[in-house]
Amino acid sequence: MTAAAPHILSVQRLQKYFPVRSGLLGRASAWVQAVDDVSFEIAAGETLGVVGESGCGKSTTGRLLMRLIEPDAGQIRFEGKLVGRDLKVSDLRRSMQMVFQDSYASLNPRLAVADSIAFGPQTHGMPRERAIGRARELLGMVGLEPSQFERRYPHELSGGQRQRVNFARALALDPKLIILDEAVSALDKSVEAQVLNLLVELKKNLGLTYLFISHDLNVVQYVSDRVLVMYLGKVAEVGPVDAIYGAPQHPYTRALLDSRPSMDPEIRVEHPPLTGDPPNPINPPSGCRFRTRCPHAEAVCQTQEPDLRPAHGAPGHLVACHMRRAGSGHSQAAPLVRFGDREPSR
Amino acid sequence: MSQASSAPLVEVDDLCVRFVGPDATVSAVNGVSFALAPGEVLGILGESGSGKSVTLRALMRLLPHRKTRMDGRITIAGHDILRLDAQALARVRGPVVAMVFQEPMTALDPVFTIGQQIAEAIRTHESIDGVAARRRALELLELVQIPSAARRLDAYPHQLSGGLRQRAMIAIALACRPSVLLADEPTTALDATVQIQILLLLRTLQRELGMAMIFVTHDLGVAAEVSHRVAVMYAGRFVETGHVNDVVKRPSHPYTQGLLGSTVHGVAKGTKLSTIPGAPPNLARLPEGCSFAPRCGYAQQACRVAVPAQVEEGGTSGVPHLTRCVRVQASSAACGTTVPTTA
Ligand SMILES: Nc1ncnc2c1ncn2[C@@H]1O[C@H](COP(=O)(O)OP(=O)(O)OP(=O)(O)O)[C@@H](O)[C@H]1O
Ligand SMILES: Nc1ncnc2c1ncn2[C@@H]1O[C@H](COP(=O)(O)OP(=O)(O)OP(=O)(O)O)[C@@H](O)[C@H]1O
Ligand code: SF4
Ligand SMILES: [Mg+2]
Ligand SMILES: [Mg+2]
Repeated sequence: MTAAAPHILSVQRLQKYFPVRSGLLGRASAWVQAVDDVSFEIAAGETLGVVGESGCGKSTTGRLLMRLIEPDAGQIRFEGKLVGRDLKVSDLRRSMQMVFQDSYASLNPRLAVADSIAFGPQTHGMPRERAIGRARELLGMVGLEPSQFERRYPHELSGGQRQRVNFARALALDPKLIILDEAVSALDKSVEAQVLNLLVELKKNLGLTYLFISHDLNVVQYVSDRVLVMYLGKVAEVGPVDAIYGAPQHPYTRALLDSRPSMDPEIRVEHPPLTGDPPNPINPPSGCRFRTRCPHAEAVCQTQEPDLRPAHGAPGHLVACHMRRAGSGHSQAAPLVRFGDREPSR
Repeated sequence: MSQASSAPLVEVDDLCVRFVGPDATVSAVNGVSFALAPGEVLGILGESGSGKSVTLRALMRLLPHRKTRMDGRITIAGHDILRLDAQALARVRGPVVAMVFQEPMTALDPVFTIGQQIAEAIRTHESIDGVAARRRALELLELVQIPSAARRLDAYPHQLSGGLRQRAMIAIALACRPSVLLADEPTTALDATVQIQILLLLRTLQRELGMAMIFVTHDLGVAAEVSHRVAVMYAGRFVETGHVNDVVKRPSHPYTQGLLGSTVHGVAKGTKLSTIPGAPPNLARLPEGCSFAPRCGYAQQACRVAVPAQVEEGGTSGVPHLTRCVRVQASSAACGTTVPTTA
């Protein structure tokens, strides 16, 4: 890593295995490798989209960043400070907020909307009156007329309105980075568009950075500057949004993109890009975790795990696939370049 | 489409479904009419609460008996569905009309194997022995392309992945070779790479078995992938119906236009998404006239007076393009391409 990169967040070799318990003694009999050796950075002011199928570790990654769960291994740096050493978790949680899919579960049903929003600042010592004033300001910011909404309870709001309240609540502590975990996924299309416009506007006006987790590839393409593709707890590919969508390097990314319905009844999808379901994250396949579904898998894919390496083309585009690594032994890989690695340093 | 010209297999005429509760009456379906030809696929596209599932369930009379009030007429393969007694209804469910749901885990019985459940479905309608039923079950699992089908016959639902469970549920629905398959968001809960597999499987099976299908979804892309004809549902009404190309490429109703505009697909970054203001109406207090009027940028006095009539403006391949909006003018005078209406 070069010195002065303006990364707001940098994650190195993050790992989380969940025990699968069985028997009376509750001893772990196996491990779900939910997040395994995941590294990435987010630049200040950008939106990093995270995609991948159910169970690939997207939410676990988000929760690890927030320290809602403890990582088994790995380092998280926020604005260069090592979390847990240079930066207290409580301070991190002020600068970093998370919004979830289920807008209902995240709000206290017995608190009026303004009180819910004012709750965070109050626990951090803001006097009630000021906190309520700030809550009204935030309601306006997320497009809810304060006089009309401040006294309402969560059950008196539509899904889109509840999600707006959740954004207001997340913004109450002036965070720099917001993790949006399927934050628009439960909304109807017409409401989703309203909320996406709001997210884009808030980001611009407040100079926010987003980690945007979603299974909706079209939405991720629209909001993201860079995209991280996960498969069974691993990063398969990461890079600028146009490179990922325009020239995907990992066979999984390609299949995922090709699985999208075309939206044009005259150009229908004729063959499914992949067969079968994603395998179980307990005892994932050896070598490349995608090999059991990959149309290009060869012997090396079973014996060696491909690491994340710079792809040809766009700078900052990394891919973990033996096909893309010179000298890997995969028949489609370029031959090894002699005299050491000539890969760019970034 | 040549199928559209044959006699309808399903005819729904002015279907209304209301749920009567202690505090309010919810008008979930408010005058739905359509006809479906053998082998035809109708996609019903609509947002949450628009009445898609209630419409499908009405076709099989799967709604809670006590609180549901149904009016209108439903005819499937000559059966007057709303007037059938329990026995006659049981004979229709399966061989005439069958349904696949979004969540296979709730539709499948956890204590029986997949093979037992398929065999059971067959044996309620046909008197064949266990061996023959098991053989048919195996054929069905192969039909829905379950790998190592023979082994999967003895699997319990929880032992299968999401995609395989959905295939198993499709196999059960097909067990009695229905003429009409009703599919209620059968791919919504699945992962992207699995969703497309199930979608293409249903499309292939429908074609090969010559079944008619009604496919409910809130996803425009999914509707475009499987449907011959699309109905856009809003607040319990079909606001626009037509050939899939007409509805997706030349939408007439302001709601359909808004829905298409707010669907994020290939929109350039930095461009503001077009949206529909507000939210759908409360079904316990439907507005007079067009239910979309409170959110519609074009609404005028006439919209609030009476529910707009269904107006026909051309069509494609013999499928008329029908819209309920006062702004839409019948195009018969203009271009003379109209087709006789079925309704
Ligand atoms: N607290 C937990 N205990 C045990 N296993 C867990 C726990 N949390 C997550 N997992 C498992 O870890 C894996 C990754 O889960 P995660 O929720 O991160 O996936 P995801 O990518 O967010 O999926 P989805 O798209 O379904 O939200 C899954 O196999 C999940 O079952
Ligand atoms: N058994 C019931 N009792 C009372 N109201 C009901 C019942 N079933 C459905 N409704 C109401 O009828 C309306 C239409 O529901 P329906 O399930 O058909 O919507 P949908 O279009 O399938 O939506 P979704 O996309 O969320 O599945 C909703 O307002 C719903 O709350
Ligand atoms: S490493 Fe091998 S198995 Fe993995 S994606 Fe590349 S070609 Fe396929
Ligand atoms: Mg998740
Ligand atoms: Mg439904």
